[in-house]
Amino acid sequence: MPVQEMTYREAILAAQTEEMRRDPKIIIMGEDIGPSGGPFKTCQGMYEEFGALRVRDTPIAETGFVGAALGMALTGYRPIAEIMFADFLGVCFDQIVNGIAKHRFMSGAQSTVPLVIRSIGGGGLRFGAQHSQTGESWMLSVPGLKIVCPSSPAEAYGMLKSAIRDDNPVLVLEHKALLSSKGNVDIGMDHLEPLTGPKVLRPGKDATIVASLNMVGRALGAADKLSAEGIDAEVIDIRSLRPMVIGPIVESVRKTNLLVVVEEQVQVGGWGAEVVSQVVSEAFDYLDAPPARVTLPDYPLPYSPALEDAALPSPDSIAAAVKSLI
Amino acid sequence: MKSPKRASGATTPKGGAKPKNGAGSNIAPLNDRERVQLFADMVQIREFEEQVHRSYLEGLVHGTTHLCQGQEAVSVGAAKALRDDDYVTYTYRGHGHCIARGMQMEPAFAELFGRATGVCGGLGGSMHLQDIDRGLIGSFGIVGAGLPVAGGAGVTAQMNGRGQVSMVFFGDGACNIGAFHEALNIAQVWKLPVLFVCENNLYGEFTRIEHTTPFEDLVKRARGYDMDAVMVDGNDVEAVYRAIAPAVARARDGGGPTFVECKTYRHRGHSRTDPAKYRPQEELEAWLKRDPIDLYRAKLAKSGVLSEKDAAKIVDKARDAAGAAAKRAAAAAWPDGNQNFTAKMFA
Repeated sequence: MPVQEMTYREAILAAQTEEMRRDPKIIIMGEDIGPSGGPFKTCQGMYEEFGALRVRDTPIAETGFVGAALGMALTGYRPIAEIMFADFLGVCFDQIVNGIAKHRFMSGAQSTVPLVIRSIGGGGLRFGAQHSQTGESWMLSVPGLKIVCPSSPAEAYGMLKSAIRDDNPVLVLEHKALLSSKGNVDIGMDHLEPLTGPKVLRPGKDATIVASLNMVGRALGAADKLSAEGIDAEVIDIRSLRPMVIGPIVESVRKTNLLVVVEEQVQVGGWGAEVVSQVVSEAFDYLDAPPARVTLPDYPLPYSPALEDAALPSPDSIAAAVKSLI
Repeated sequence: MKSPKRASGATTPKGGAKPKNGAGSNIAPLNDRERVQLFADMVQIREFEEQVHRSYLEGLVHGTTHLCQGQEAVSVGAAKALRDDDYVTYTYRGHGHCIARGMQMEPAFAELFGRATGVCGGLGGSMHLQDIDRGLIGSFGIVGAGLPVAGGAGVTAQMNGRGQVSMVFFGDGACNIGAFHEALNIAQVWKLPVLFVCENNLYGEFTRIEHTTPFEDLVKRARGYDMDAVMVDGNDVEAVYRAIAPAVARARDGGGPTFVECKTYRHRGHSRTDPAKYRPQEELEAWLKRDPIDLYRAKLAKSGVLSEKDAAKIVDKARDAAGAAAKRAAAAAWPDGNQNFTAKMFA
């Protein structure tokens, strides 16, 4: 299979396009995704290839079109709904939490709900407090959803393909600061990445750093800095928040005896709390120090570059958290 | 006032594949057998609901339940206009829509009783009856939430190109929630084959319509979307059918959505714990005199289609059937607490 260097944005586009060629039951909907190709150009050229019936420009109405996605999924189609900014997930919260997540269960498993909601979130681009959230933990406590967080072009490509083929609702949380990042992607019709389970991206023996989305790159940056100081950190990309597979993280902590979790969201109610809780339950005796969490401060993300940069976890702040445990 | 014509946008997905066997808009008159069946279907819903009420008092129905006595003509008249392959979406006051569509009473009662043999295995309950094989794709406990979903089923119908339609039932209260607006707007812009059937029973939960809505005739809302809208006596089953059937036929032919407002009334309160004391006595009495079943029974008797004796037989048979179904349902086992719940969530 050809390995190709491409951006995260191109990876999303390639995955969607290939899957729509493969299966005529796939329809994509979203705001400005038609001839405009999407505000983040994640749908460029799809309207021209698949036409207005399969690439649907929607009104600015997330409840309307995410609800429509449920209706389509219940009746034989496989819709993808693009939420322009993850912040707007709140607009269609009811459809996702009360409808999409529960429909199959409440039907006694009569129905299947094969749909994907893609949303583009995250900070660092000076979009202010209403256009910079990742939304990672908003639906963490809702059974019935799968929630994944691709951190690289390869993951964006492979996980989106898996999500589209999955017969269940999958929330794919993308990150806008990653859209132009480049990486090698193993292109191929059936190149799928699993929707569950973390991955160890950098092996190490002295501390375990768990991160998601854009924080994965920063955790790797922290590991480089620590390495220069003789500290060998292991970096794990959590990848999937629901279901959360904790085994490899526990295994890592049993080896390194230290845990730092990095999230691009506030600390209260973050998925990191779940990671820490489960690790403490399963590997308490292996911990040499209380687990540390690096998160956003407990206020909305500010606009000013000076303030936003200070609020976001950085390689330096992550490295400092690791060192504070040693 | 005529709405200005919308400029046709290049990106607007209209039409889809042409139905192969598009129905005409000529609605054949109902024959006597069909009229008796409409009566029997309404009676069956009434007797189902009366049995639910009795079973509730016996402690067999748990939590709450929302009964539809008084509104049977809407469910039955609308269902008469549908084909087996159409999609239907409804609400927590949805027993009538399900029975009208052919859901069997025993699994329906078993669901209300929380038993393993329930139509949803006891996982849904009164507010979430579903029967996918009958096109009963969803019962929504959140006011208005079913409307966007019905739009999605309308997209499927449009894409399939087989002349299917998606019909969604909701109350006057739903016309004030955002999902209503988004769903009607999308359906009209995309020309989806969706029938928005509004059961205007004058009360949103405990509050009369004038306190929540600037006008009583909700067709006005639909006209704001440039959508075809008709208003009909929701207590006249044939009138409901005659209003909805041409709109269904038009939708099957790619003519887009229609809003149908059915004026009707809930005989009982919002839910089982609501005695509905807030309703003026004279209003209640006036509507009880317009009971859709009594009205139709008198009409069929007058036109010589159904004798009083035969009508009474239909009622007795329906009551017995509901009672027997409830009895069998109550004898069923509770759901298995050790079943694979993950498999219930994920396919």
